[in-house]
Amino acid sequence: MIEYRSVGKTFPDGTQAVASFDLTIPSRTTTVFVGSSGCGKTTLLRMVNRMVDPSAGQVLIDDVDVATQDPVALRRSIGYVMQHAGLLPHRKVVDNVATVLRLNGTGKGAARERALEVLSTVGLDESQSRKYPGQLSGGQQQRVGVARGLAADPNILLMDEPFGAVDPIVRLELQAELRRLQTQLDKTIVFVTHDIDEAFALGDQVVILKKGGEVAQVGAPADILAQPADDFVASFVGLDKGGRSLHVEEREGRKVVVDASGRPAGVLEG
Amino acid sequence: MEWAWRNRDQVLELFWQHTWLSVVPLVVGFLLAVPIGWYASRHPRLRGTLLGVGSVLYTIPSLALFVTLPGIIGTGFLDPLNVVVALSIYAVAIMVRTAADAFESVSPAVLDSATATGYSSRQRGFGVELPLAGPVLLAGIRVVSVSTVSLVSVGALIGVASLGSLFTNGYRRDFLTEIVVGLVGIVVLALVLDALLVLAGRVLMPWDRHSERAKGPFWRRFAGGRVAESGTMALGGDA
Repeated sequence: MIEYRSVGKTFPDGTQAVASFDLTIPSRTTTVFVGSSGCGKTTLLRMVNRMVDPSAGQVLIDDVDVATQDPVALRRSIGYVMQHAGLLPHRKVVDNVATVLRLNGTGKGAARERALEVLSTVGLDESQSRKYPGQLSGGQQQRVGVARGLAADPNILLMDEPFGAVDPIVRLELQAELRRLQTQLDKTIVFVTHDIDEAFALGDQVVILKKGGEVAQVGAPADILAQPADDFVASFVGLDKGGRSLHVEEREGRKVVVDASGRPAGVLEG
Repeated sequence: MEWAWRNRDQVLELFWQHTWLSVVPLVVGFLLAVPIGWYASRHPRLRGTLLGVGSVLYTIPSLALFVTLPGIIGTGFLDPLNVVVALSIYAVAIMVRTAADAFESVSPAVLDSATATGYSSRQRGFGVELPLAGPVLLAGIRVVSVSTVSLVSVGALIGVASLGSLFTNGYRRDFLTEIVVGLVGIVVLALVLDALLVLAGRVLMPWDRHSERAKGPFWRRFAGGRVAESGTMALGGDA
C-alpha cells in the first residue's frame, strides 16, 4: 500500500508542482495518474522512489515513511519504467535487464538467467537479448524497459509515460501486454499518462489531476464515466464531445453501438 | 634509404625515445584531464575558469616552457623529464575542454534512469558516465596524440634526444636525407599511435560501432544484415 499524506512540492525556483495531495493506493492494483502537462503527475510518481523529495507531507509504503529509507536501496527495491525506455546504450539488452540484480549483488550467471527469463515474459527472444538497445525498435526498447523494471521482482512498479513515445498501434499492443502481465504478476503499479484512453484501459483506480496536483476525481473508470465529478472531468474524459455517449441502433438484425455523431463504435453481443 | 639502413640502430633508438616521450604525457594528460573535465561539467560556475586556465596554458610557447621548467621543478637542463612535464601540461590543457564536453554529451535521461534504477553516484560515474563519455574522450585523445608526437621534436632544440634530433642534426649538416628520415619516422609514429587508439576504442566501446552502423549508409546496413531485421520488425517484430 502506498499512501500520500498532505504531500506538497515546491521546487527551489519557487514553482509549486503539488499543493496538497492525499491518496491511498491499494496493493496489487493499478493506479493511473492522468492529467495535462504541469499537473504534477510525474512529480507525484517520483516521490515514491525518492527521485523527488516532498517539501511537505509524507509518502508511506506499507506504513513506512520513504524519507527514512536510504534512497539507493529504496530505488533498487522498486521497478521504474520511463518514457523512451531510458536504457543504457552501452550495455547489451540482457545486461540492461540484469543491472538491478547485479546492483543488488546477484551473481553474474544467476542475474543473466533471470534477465533472459523476464525478457521472454515480455515477448523478447534470446537473439534480441544480445543486441544493443540502439538496434531495437521503439516498441521493443519499451519492452526491455518493462523487463528491467520487473527483473528484481519488486512489489511496486512505477511507470512514467512508458508508452508515450511509440506509435498508436504498438502502444495498444503494449497496453494489452501490460494487462496480461498484471493478471500474472499482481504488482502494485503506479502509472502516469496524459492519455485518458490509456488511463481507462489500464487503471483499476484512475486519478484525474488538475494543475498543481489538485485531485479532480478518483475512482474506477466506469464510475468516473457514470458520475463525472464536475465539468472539468466531463470534458477531460470526452463526455462533452459525444465520443463517449453511445447508443444502440438496429442494423440488419444486429445491435450496432453508435456514438453521438453517428459513427459506429462496435457491435453489441448477446 | 641507404643512410637510414646504415644508421638503423641510432634511428630506431631515437624512435623509441620519441615514443615514450609521447606516450607518457599522453597517459598523464588523460588521467589528469578526465577528472578535471568531469568536475568542470558538473560545476557550470567553475567551468569557465577551469577551461580558461587550460587555454592560457596552451598559449605558452613550447620552447619557452622547456627552457623555464628546470628552474621551476628543479630538474637538470637536459633532463627529458622537462619535455615530459611540459607536454603533459599541454595534453591536460587540450583534453580538459574535450573531457568537459564529453561528460556534457551524456544524455541526462540516461543518467536519470540509471539513478532511478538504483545506481549510487559512484557506480553511475564509473559504470555509466565514463563509458558514455568514451567516444568523445577518444576523439579528444586522438588530437592530443598527434599534437604531442609533433611537439616532442621541439625538445631536440634543448638537447633532449628524439626523432627531432634528426632535424636539428640534418639541418646543421645541411643533409636533407636525415631530415626526411626524421619526418617519416614521426609520421609513422603518429599513425601507429592513432591506429592503436582507434583499436582500443573498438575493443572498449563495441556499442559505439553498432550504433554507427545502425545509422550508417544503406550499403553498410546490407553488410550488417540490418535490412532483413528491420523487415521483420515492420511485419510485426513488435507483436
